[in-house]
Parts: sequence; C-alpha cells; structure tokens
Amino acid sequence: MFPELNNLLNTTPDRAEQGKLTLLCDANTDGSFLVHHFLSFYLKANCKVCFVALIQSFSHYNIVGQKLGVSLTVARECGQLVFLEGLKSSVDVFFRAQAEPHPLQFLREANAENLQPLYEFVREALKPVDDGEAAWRCPVLLVDDLSVLLSLGMGAVAVLDFIHYCRATVCWERKGNIVALVHDSGDTEDEENNILLNGLSHQSHLILRAEGLPTGFCRDVHGQLRILWRTPSQPTTQRDRSLTYQYKIQDRSVSFFAKGMSPAVL
Amino acid sequence: MAAAATCGTGAGSTGSMVAAGGKNNVTSFQRRGPRASGSDSSYSRLVSIAGTRPSVRNGQLLVSTGLPALDQLLGGGLAVGTVLLIEEDKYNIYSSLLFKYFLAEGIINGHTLLVASAKEDPADILQELPAPLLDDNVKKDFDEDACNHKTAESNIKMKIAWRYQLLPKMEAGPVSSSRFGHYYDASKKMPQELIEASKWHGFFSPEKSSSTLNIEPCSLTHGYIKLLQFIQNIIYEEGFDGSNPQKKQKNILRIGIQNLGSPLWGDDICCTENGNSHSLTKFLYVLRGLLRTSLSACMITMPTHLIQNKAIISRVTNLSDTVVGLESFIGSERETNPLYKDYHGLIHIRQIPRLNNLIYDVSDVKDLAFKLKKKLFTIEKRVE
Repeated sequence: MFPELNNLLNTTPDRAEQGKLTLLCDANTDGSFLVHHFLSFYLKANCKVCFVALIQSFSHYNIVGQKLGVSLTVARECGQLVFLEGLKSSVDVFFRAQAEPHPLQFLREANAENLQPLYEFVREALKPVDDGEAAWRCPVLLVDDLSVLLSLGMGAVAVLDFIHYCRATVCWERKGNIVALVHDSGDTEDEENNILLNGLSHQSHLILRAEGLPTGFCRDVHGQLRILWRTPSQPTTQRDRSLTYQYKIQDRSVSFFAKGMSPAVL
Repeated sequence: MAAAATCGTGAGSTGSMVAAGGKNNVTSFQRRGPRASGSDSSYSRLVSIAGTRPSVRNGQLLVSTGLPALDQLLGGGLAVGTVLLIEEDKYNIYSSLLFKYFLAEGIINGHTLLVASAKEDPADILQELPAPLLDDNVKKDFDEDACNHKTAESNIKMKIAWRYQLLPKMEAGPVSSSRFGHYYDASKKMPQELIEASKWHGFFSPEKSSSTLNIEPCSLTHGYIKLLQFIQNIIYEEGFDGSNPQKKQKNILRIGIQNLGSPLWGDDICCTENGNSHSLTKFLYVLRGLLRTSLSACMITMPTHLIQNKAIISRVTNLSDTVVGLESFIGSERETNPLYKDYHGLIHIRQIPRLNNLIYDVSDVKDLAFKLKKKLFTIEKRVE
C-alpha cells in the first residue's frame, strides 16, 4: 500500500471502513497500481480477501506485493487470500470439460447468460468461518478487471448483475468491501463498457480515477488521480467531495502532489 | 537490482538463467536469482536457454524480436510468456517483414517455431526468411574454411575463436549463437540448410478444416478454435509448459500468427461493424493464458486498420501485452512530403507491459520513424 495514498484517502489499515464499494477507473493510462495498493492494504488490515485476477498471473501480483510489504504466497497458504487466477484457469476450462461448474464456465458457452458460477465462487470463498473465533476482520472482494468480462462475451448487464449480487452478499450481509477496476475506453465507442462504468459509478462510495495527462507523455508526472467520495444511498443533500492530484510511480511507491507542484518543476 | 546481480552474466555471454519451476507449473514469470528470493528451495536448478537474456529491470526472461532497434524500444526484448501485437501497415509490407525477422531470429537461436497463417502456407513463409548478416572479414575466412574438409578439428578451431560462433556451420545442426539479436539482410534468403535444421510446426488454416472438434460450440470462430487446440497440443507434447521434467534441454517456442482477425480466419470483424465481437478477444485471452503457463513468446500481426468496430481495437489492445503500430507512407500524401523523405513510415509504440513491476521501461522518444535500406531495417527518431 502507498502511505501517501492512505493519507489522501484518510484511512489506515487499522481503521478501514466497512460495507463500501470502491470503483477504480483508468483512462488513457494504466491504473493497475491502484489494484496493488488495495490488495496490500487489505491484506495488512487483516481482512479476508478474495481476489479475482483475470488479467495477470499470480506471480506478477506476488512480486509487486513483496515490494509493497505483503507476501501473497504466505497469505494464500494461511487462508487469508483466495486467489482466482483467470489466465491459468481459463486454459483448464477451455480445453477440458470440467466435472463441476467452474467460475469461468462462460468461456466454454456460446451464449452465457450470467456470471452465476463466478458469484457462487466468491460467496463460497468469503464464507464466514464457523469455528467461533473471528480470524479475519471483514471480507473483501477485489476484481481486476471487470472490462475483461465484457471482452469474454458477457454483456454489461450480466456484469452489473454480478456486482449487485456480490454487493448484497459481501457489503450488506457480511459488512465487507468490494474494489473493482474498470477501464474507461474514452472516445472509442465501447457502449457496453460505458454502460458498465456509468452503472458502477452510481453505486460506488468511492471512485478513484487515474487519467493520463491531456498534454501527453511526461517523465516526471505519470498521470492524474481524481478521488470522488459519494453517498449513493442518500439523496445528495450534501455535495460529493472531490480531489485531484498528480502522481509519479516509482519502484516501490507512488508519490502524489498537487497539480503543477511536481518536484521536477519546482 | 538483486536479480541482475546474482545472474551476473556479462553482455557477451550465452543466454541467461531461468529458475525451473518446482512444484508449480513452469511460468516464465518466476523470479530469477534464487539467493535473492530464498523462499523456494526448488529454485536451485538453473538452466540457461539459447537466445534469451534476463531483463535488466526485473529479471524477466527476454527473447529478441529479430530487430535489435525494436528490442531496445521495448525495454530489451520481448518477454517470454507475452504477446507482441503488431498493428499492420496498410498494405502489409513492413509488418510481414517484421514477422519474418521474428521467425528468422528463432531459427538462428535454435528455438522451435510455430507458424500460423490463413493466407500462405507456413512452408512458403519459411522459405522467404531473410538471411542473417555476417561480418565481412569473418565471411572471407569462413569461405576458406569451407574448402577444407569439415572434421572435428575445425569444430575445435571454431570454439577457440569465439567470434566465429555466430556463423552457421556447414553441417546440419542448430546455429549456436552467443549474440542476442541479429541483423538480417532482407535482400537474401536464409540458407536452406538452416531452415531444414530447425524445428518448426506449421498451421495453415484452410488445410485443417476437416479435423474433428471436441469443444462445444462457443462464440469462437472455427479457425480460432483449431489454432488454439493446435498450439495447446504442441505446448503440451513438447513439454514447453514444464509438464515433462525429464526433458534435459529447455527451449523457447516462438509462435507467429499472421493476419489474425482477417476474413480468411473466418472472422467477420473486418467486414461488418456488427460482427462477432467476442471471438477475437476470447481467442487472445485463452492464448495469453497458454503463453503465461509455458516458455513461449508470440508475435501476432493484425490488420487493425480494417476493423470496423473501434471498440474491439481498444479491447484487443488491453488484452495484449506489447502493442506496436506501423504506419507506412506508401500511397499516402506523406510520401511526397519533404519532412518524411528519408523514411518509409512511422512506428508507434502503443503499449508496453508492466511485468512484475509498478514501473516499466519507456523510451523518452515518441516520434519514431523507420526506413528499410538495402539490407537493414532501422528505426530512429524522426529528425526535422
């Protein structure tokens, strides 16, 4: 986790909020550093994490996680982390017929209606342990990323339904959190993606949007992060709070600064 | 970085270290430098593979794309286990040349090739590969040697004079080369004995139409399903995914897929806007899954300028690791523009992956042009 981002979001691993849906969004840049941040944040906060990693392999997250101070292998072995490696499982599902329903079952089907097997997997993974002692603080579902599901043949509505079911179970029933990454395709007319992004934006409590600089590539400022706090359940009597920072990604951390205040410029 | 230090290989030495997988499947993304990680005892077996080297930044295993200038722009080379997508130029002239460089590099390094095409027979593609460029002085001595009888002594002579190692030997055998990335002469063809000595598998889409399918109909087109099964078969049978630990010599599988997405594969995204929008993206996803779990690297050329639905292009870009776009000046008004008179086209590095890292190697120069001189394909910063 990045300490500077914790300061901006006004949280620490000890005081993590519960019952929240956080939307990560990237436009014209790579927002995966936010995924690494939240993964290490919730592991350090002693939460049980179910990570649906559809885009990269386990070792990728593990190596970056070690730079940020968490070990995914240890977390997986002791049961704190349930990791669904999309790339590896897709090969298994695609080439061999599975006996039981597999979370990525829709890869084999021509017209998959919904993501129910994936939802069942998440629900099973974040089931509360019944032996009395509360080992972990709260369940967290992390998805990287939802736009890939659109590329794999699911409709935007099916993905929204999946998130809705997960919210009902994880956020409301078990007082946990959900963090999901969606790509913003910008001006390419990807309507399904826009539907998904807009639908999720309305449901989220916190939106972190990483954007590339409108002026193009810069070596010292890698992009701009917009943070938006929302209260979706209440009517907007108070205005949503929003902050904008620019950032530069380094080997083990990300540094944030106000717009135009990059250390390279000052 | 610790990984590079423990590898400790100099610039001119062979290959690199890769940690062979222990209990888990072999993934090329395992951290090199067993002393640095120290956690898994099965890392202790180190194997070096010809034609590869570790990345300076994160120890990732890299292979050359066949074009040293492009290797430099991509941060040292193409990472094993990833997909390099080339967006074709309008008449598919320069992208097919890059495709051939990629395959030629595989032959010189002794890698196994898998060539897939729907337009040309892979055997014909291999016949047209460019010849490796030899140093002129060395070539003269080589001709003298060719007059003598090839005996065991000449083999020993070559071993002592390490400079000669990059020459192909006369007897049929893989060329052992200690260099990473070679230059090719586009005007000459690769010697026949090198092609015959190499190991390659061809997939020609029209020929395989009668095979039986054991996959339920999903939204993938016929051609893609067959290609995926073919690739998975080769990976499994030849042990590129580490499933056969008895194989003593590990090797890289270079997969080259030409004109993916064109109507010849049975896909209609280049013909209509409302075509089968998931077939290509699903194919890329499963392909990437296969690559991540095996010692292979893939180059795909795709006619993105023909794809009608722009949303598919952005999805395809997100599903690929490295994306390079070629824009040639042929037939465009830039051909007569005095600004561009020295060049044949522009090259756009659209995406470079961040592998095992938060940061990545990105060159500062974004304005790149290429030109194909008599023998060499060069990429340089465009000068006004």
